[in-house]
Amino acid sequence: MNAARKMTCRELVDVITEYLEGTLAHSDRARFEEHLGECRYCATYLDQMRETMVALGELCEDSISAEARAELVEAFRDRRRPA
Amino acid sequence: MERPAHTDSDLLAALRAGDEAAFARLVDDLSPGLARMARLYVSTEAAADEVVQETWLGVVRGLDGFEGRSSLKTWIFRILINIARTRGVRDGRSLPFSSAFDAADGHEDDALAPDRFLAADHDRYPRHWAIGPTPWPDQALETAETIGVIRGAVKGLPGSQREVIALRDMVGCSAAETCTALGLSEANQRVLLHRARTRVRAAIEETLGTMEPTL
Repeated sequence: MNAARKMTCRELVDVITEYLEGTLAHSDRARFEEHLGECRYCATYLDQMRETMVALGELCEDSISAEARAELVEAFRDRRRPA
Repeated sequence: MERPAHTDSDLLAALRAGDEAAFARLVDDLSPGLARMARLYVSTEAAADEVVQETWLGVVRGLDGFEGRSSLKTWIFRILINIARTRGVRDGRSLPFSSAFDAADGHEDDALAPDRFLAADHDRYPRHWAIGPTPWPDQALETAETIGVIRGAVKGLPGSQREVIALRDMVGCSAAETCTALGLSEANQRVLLHRARTRVRAAIEETLGTMEPTL
């Protein structure tokens, strides 16, 4: 019975992570996608969630400095040396 | 359950045999992600660099004792998280990390204000958008201002949400790796990820002002 009920925007927003994670039940996935096809606001919302994830992945920090790296490789080399 | 990648055992064998090039490659591959993660716990870049350095020294010391119950990457992130949490507490900058606290913060999924939606008894559009999102301009997320907002939003999240979104979306760990690194159940991990992403998206929207009434 639930499977036939149309998904609302509020519900879509609540289960969006489950949708993106691929953990949404099959019947809900169909309701989700049906709603998406009919609602430009929810389609935008989904796009924005994806854009947010991409932006988070692009927040870059520099890798470690050459000196720090050299120090680590040395520590790695020394680890078997008896104290 | 998480299964260590096949290549993990080859890499581990190389490391244990003292393969310096393999170690240096691993340092190059993982350090940017480790630095991103560390930066969420401590207040300066220098302190974050120290946390990353300490992590690698911990890896060097722990290599022979590593039992391979999780992937190498997950194990290294666990080491970092432990060091960074301790360091964050010492610096007086840490936020509470228990998920019980997060659950008790009362926000649930309401990172989106309830008045963004029409009432459940609305005659035509129950529980549909009252104020809908509108598309973000091209490249809007690449400006220095927006990037600052995104960083600020992540830092402002409750501790467990911050750790989950950082590992998943900033570092690129899988759900399984994140569960193992943080000791979370899959369901709990997903709820924390959901709340965190919802809040970060909302912070971007607030900055860009991209909303419109739907009716």
